[in-house]
Amino acid sequence: MLNSNNLSELGPLQLDALKEVASIGAGNAATSLSAMLNSKIKMTVPNVNLTPISDLPDIIGNAEQLIAAMLVRTEGDIDGGVLFTLVPESANLLVQLLVGQEVDIENDLGELEASALKEISNILTGSNLNAFSQMLELTISPSVPSLEFDMAGAILEVCFIELGQIGDYALVIETEFLSDMEDEIKGNFFIIPDPESLQFMLDRLGVAGEE
Amino acid sequence: MADLKVGSEKDIIITSGLGSCVGVTLYHKLTKIGGMAHVMLPEFPSNRKQGNPAKYADTALDMLLDKLQKKGANLNRLEAKMAGGAQMFNFSSSNDKMRIGARNIEAVQEILQKKRIPILGSEVGENYGRTMELHTATGEVLIKTVKHDDIVL
Repeated sequence: MLNSNNLSELGPLQLDALKEVASIGAGNAATSLSAMLNSKIKMTVPNVNLTPISDLPDIIGNAEQLIAAMLVRTEGDIDGGVLFTLVPESANLLVQLLVGQEVDIENDLGELEASALKEISNILTGSNLNAFSQMLELTISPSVPSLEFDMAGAILEVCFIELGQIGDYALVIETEFLSDMEDEIKGNFFIIPDPESLQFMLDRLGVAGEE
Repeated sequence: MADLKVGSEKDIIITSGLGSCVGVTLYHKLTKIGGMAHVMLPEFPSNRKQGNPAKYADTALDMLLDKLQKKGANLNRLEAKMAGGAQMFNFSSSNDKMRIGARNIEAVQEILQKKRIPILGSEVGENYGRTMELHTATGEVLIKTVKHDDIVL
């Protein structure tokens, strides 16, 4: 059985299987975002890695990089969370496209900005998770997103630890966006299953056994 | 994260983006020797034989004391300051367990009390991330956050 301390037993086979599902999830999310913004959005092939916990902030930039972070917790067959992060400029751009007025979340993160960001994350997370629930025949119930605007280090630390990834390494399933708009959109998706749910996912993928 | 450092004279020891983790500094005024630990969890799990001791409040503080002593600090004259242990994202308390941030704060306070090291400054809890800097020249600890002005402990 996997627990937070023996994630390192995940081999290439398991990581590849997770990557496969995550790719389809990311594709779904990209399609939703393209439709929402009426613009072409691509996502990178997901990185699925075991990362030393202290290196987590490097994925986004550095520990003090400010980010808007939307967390959707999941229950059902997958307990855990999906974290969607945007650097401030990208968050502003997405909100602007959605609400049609200039915003600056670094100075004024009000009700309007917050609900727009949550709505974006709702749609993206939902379409991403659909891939998991359909491919693996899982029941996943997502919660209402909650939003924080803070340092990347603090946000990643809180999410990974509170969701039970407390080993020396964290399983990071992470995707980046690319857009063809003039201003690029820089965002990341993190899928954070708790260790038991990860085991369950691997069982469903048929790759749970030892190599 | 899950790391510790000691320094002296004009060193500045920094830990960036503390969330639910707690940063603890120990400082000896006379020799200007100080150190900082960034602890992730309250205690070393009793069912484990190995692990990174710098990650847990109990083992990290022992390690830090050891390093400070080797560097020449008088362990009977140490002063502590702490920051972090935030609670973010309204993680619901449905499973009753106290949140990790609060447990980390409590663990560090208890250990320091047991070791009779006074806590001279503390900026803990709440719902925001912090960067913590220990200036060994003065023993001052600077706390930087996104939503508030800098604080000197």
